Amino acid sequence: MQQFIMTLIDGINLGSVYALVALGYTMVYGIAKMLNFAHGDIIMVGAYTIVVFITRLSISVPLAMILCVAFCALLGFVVEKLAYKPLRHATPLSVLITAIGVSYLLQNLALLIFGTNRQFIVRFIDVGNFNLFGVSVSGISVIIWVTTIVIMIGLYTFIKKTKLGRAMLAVSEDKGAAQLMGINVNRTISITFVIGSALAGVASILYSAKYLNVDPYTGSLFGIKAFAAAVFGGIGSIPGAMIGGLLIGLIEALTASYLPFNLNAASDGFAFVILIIMLVLKPTGLLGKKNTEKV
Amino acid sequence: MKRINLKSHRNLIFVAAAIVVYAFIAYGMNSNLLPRATQTLAIKACYNVILALSLSLIVGFLGELSLGHAGFFALGAYSGCIFSINSNLPIELRFVLAALIGGTVAAIGGFLISSSILRLQGDYLAIVTLAFGEIIRSFIKIIPVTGGTAGLGGIPSLGSKLKTFTFSYVFVILTILVIRNIVASSHGRAITSIRDNAIAAESIGINIKLYKIKVFTVGAFFAGIAGVILGHYINFIEPANFNYNVSIEILVMVVLGGMGNLLGSIIAAVVITFLPEILRGFDQYRLLIYALALIFMMLASNSPRIINFRVKAREKAAGLYKKLFTRKEE
Amino acid sequence: MMSMAKRLLVLTFALVFLTLGFVGCGKKDTSGKLVIGGTGPLTGEASTYGTSVKRGAQIAIDEINDAGGINGIKLEFIFEDDEADGTKAKAAFEKLMDNGMQIFMGTVTSGAGVALNEAIKNEGLLHVTPSASQIEAIENPNSFRICFNDVDQGKAMAEYIYQKLGYKKAAIIYNQDDSYSSGLYDAFKKRWTELGGSISADTSFAKAATDFNAQLTKIAGSDADFLFMPIYAEKASQIIIAANEKNIKLPLLGCDGLDGILNYLTGDNAKLVEGLIYYTPFLASDPSEKVQSFVAKYKAKYNLEPDQFAADAYDAIYVIKAAIEKAGLTVEDTKLTAKELGEKLVPVMTQIEVDGLTGKITFSTSGEPTKSAKVAEIKDGKYVAKD
Repeated sequence: MQQFIMTLIDGINLGSVYALVALGYTMVYGIAKMLNFAHGDIIMVGAYTIVVFITRLSISVPLAMILCVAFCALLGFVVEKLAYKPLRHATPLSVLITAIGVSYLLQNLALLIFGTNRQFIVRFIDVGNFNLFGVSVSGISVIIWVTTIVIMIGLYTFIKKTKLGRAMLAVSEDKGAAQLMGINVNRTISITFVIGSALAGVASILYSAKYLNVDPYTGSLFGIKAFAAAVFGGIGSIPGAMIGGLLIGLIEALTASYLPFNLNAASDGFAFVILIIMLVLKPTGLLGKKNTEKV
Repeated sequence: MKRINLKSHRNLIFVAAAIVVYAFIAYGMNSNLLPRATQTLAIKACYNVILALSLSLIVGFLGELSLGHAGFFALGAYSGCIFSINSNLPIELRFVLAALIGGTVAAIGGFLISSSILRLQGDYLAIVTLAFGEIIRSFIKIIPVTGGTAGLGGIPSLGSKLKTFTFSYVFVILTILVIRNIVASSHGRAITSIRDNAIAAESIGINIKLYKIKVFTVGAFFAGIAGVILGHYINFIEPANFNYNVSIEILVMVVLGGMGNLLGSIIAAVVITFLPEILRGFDQYRLLIYALALIFMMLASNSPRIINFRVKAREKAAGLYKKLFTRKEE
Repeated sequence: MMSMAKRLLVLTFALVFLTLGFVGCGKKDTSGKLVIGGTGPLTGEASTYGTSVKRGAQIAIDEINDAGGINGIKLEFIFEDDEADGTKAKAAFEKLMDNGMQIFMGTVTSGAGVALNEAIKNEGLLHVTPSASQIEAIENPNSFRICFNDVDQGKAMAEYIYQKLGYKKAAIIYNQDDSYSSGLYDAFKKRWTELGGSISADTSFAKAATDFNAQLTKIAGSDADFLFMPIYAEKASQIIIAANEKNIKLPLLGCDGLDGILNYLTGDNAKLVEGLIYYTPFLASDPSEKVQSFVAKYKAKYNLEPDQFAADAYDAIYVIKAAIEKAGLTVEDTKLTAKELGEKLVPVMTQIEVDGLTGKITFSTSGEPTKSAKVAEIKDGKYVAKD
């Protein structure tokens, strides 16, 4: 039983990282209606900035964190400006392919700059372990839970309550009508990207603090899993991303731990099997809105 | 009248041209005028062309993004090669049968996956195909008959490079003929109409679901054949041959060739096959080039400024052409 | 829309130009030299292994050439990238043949090696792989290897742990996407259960995994008395750090892939592998003169400590040298084709004995090396031999 609870906690820990990444995916998708495939790779870049700032340059940790978020936001801004903005009126297929291109570009740039070898990161957030009902939980995981929940609530209120947030909501509902109401659609979408990338920056800090290493492919794996989580929860839905992330994390932990060992080697595929089953049953995901297109 | 004539004979013209190209390459191989590395890559180019054409049907014509094409490639490769290893027929017959079996198994996969996700489109469909590709790869690792992670060895060879190339080339020609004719037929027009406006297509009575299933099934069939060629070419396959990066590489061929342009896909597939050779020594930049190519192609085909530039350039070129040649005629 | 005829014309031209581009890649002048070719991953995720092999072999080649060659025969070494991928290896191998390769010292990884079996058989040339450890990688009669194969190593480790260390309950974590790791795992498990050992926790992870907590929870909750890690050092170091956080204090054991693990564990983390025991053919700390001379040269040239891949490649070149000497080749013989040389060199392979960095090596007819393995232990942050 103890063992089972610990596996569940492992799953929640992993899931909250997925959820954190999925939140960024889903926010951008919800507003701009485009899948930023490169979101995971921005996290990878963020983790490399941590390597450079903390391990190589020994900048103070709080400053390095701020620089990391700023760098990711800037990267998001540049990517949006150069690659996505010219495609505002293009087909979704073109946008998706461009995003895959950006993801590939970031990965291979990192590969050229830092090489294939995994970069190790010094432990820069040291909070020890917590004792939760007799089960020891790593402190950094608790920080990730809390951050994910805070970001989820923050995003939710930001979009519902602030002027900018409501402008975003309007853009996501109907670009044309939003334009008529005096909203600068183009700028709103750009801002969405910058916020999404800053979230990726936060995720990269927590990722680095938890796993203490990064390689050029880190983002693509987490990106794909988080992408699956966002789709699972219904892409565009903020609580959906949270639930999707946690579920994928739990599925992975449970399959890695409880599959009989002759099936063990396929544990990586099970999260995807459950994703497909989910989508076959409910094509818009768990909490996704049904979106009927009109002529 | 003349136009119709040309159309009805175009398959013949195509086959004739294909034979010329074949004769050229076969001569180069037989006389060893072609470097051996090029000879080997010619075979690789064959299955890459088939892969690019089969994905082109799905992405370029139907307009749905499939990120799991390597999954169909794998299904074909494993089923066809397992047959080939366990059969005692003459190798030529075995190879052809293996290709048909591989193609059929992959087609069944394509049928199952497309009919189970009929309600999905766009981004959702992309993630499902990606997931599907990963699932195939994961499960290959645990099925004993596939050799698991260590890979499946002992796949028979057709013999000389020329022979392997010849058989692969025939499959390339068949693939081009079938896909060209599908695209040029009323089915092809129905498929492109789904891409251009699904709602309008549905309103004129086109059965979108049926066509989606058909396109995925045909696309998967040919990807499966490509897998069998791969297996008989390197005589050894492992799950790593079919990872997500392979799906992306096939996508790059389709995009680079121009969406919905079969000839372009063929040329792009050949170029991408030879690219690592051309870039030897600079190979670490290859994936970077793919990435930039993807982005640039999309920007170029969508940015109003570049479209404008292209139209103007074309007009200017036409004007220049007119100027130059009308003067001469005068 | 272009007309069909025009399109075909374009296609034909494209093909003509592409092929023409490759005709006339001239061969180098290699008279008086024997050309040894090699392939291995220089780019991609396995690039460290390929790079080490290339460097280790180069040191041996330079040593031999500087000493005047073998009976006056100088060696030329060409190395092509194969990205550890079968199809790339195939093209790389043909490229080497285009450039006049006469003896093949490759591949570095098993998958690429198995993909070349057919070509190696057809060419009939002498093939020595430094590090492809999968059984099938040397199935041809003209193929030999320097490293131990996965099955023998897995078996040997099972016996060592059960008989010498006396542990009875195993926890295992292996890489499900790596044929080296899964090969060792299968062999270890088979022998371990034959011996009567039990497996308390049997876990695996995917190649791209970064989170090992679920696997480690399973291991922590089991009654295992050691943790067996048939994986490479890079992943192992991550797992060991994560295991420490879970308060797992099991004795750690592994295979030759763990060599170099201290490079990944800096500062306090280095203490986590105190007492780690692994099977290895090569120890950079070996006090013998030849090892120290190699380590010094390698460090001087590349500013790095050599790993077992470099040592295997170094030995592979000396094995080839021994075969050339045994067959009594002369400068005249450098004009022979790869196949003709193979006919002279392959039969003498079972007669040679090379005292290399990785031990005294002799070969069986199946191409497997016979050499004594070392078991190494990490003590006070250093690799030391254990008996």
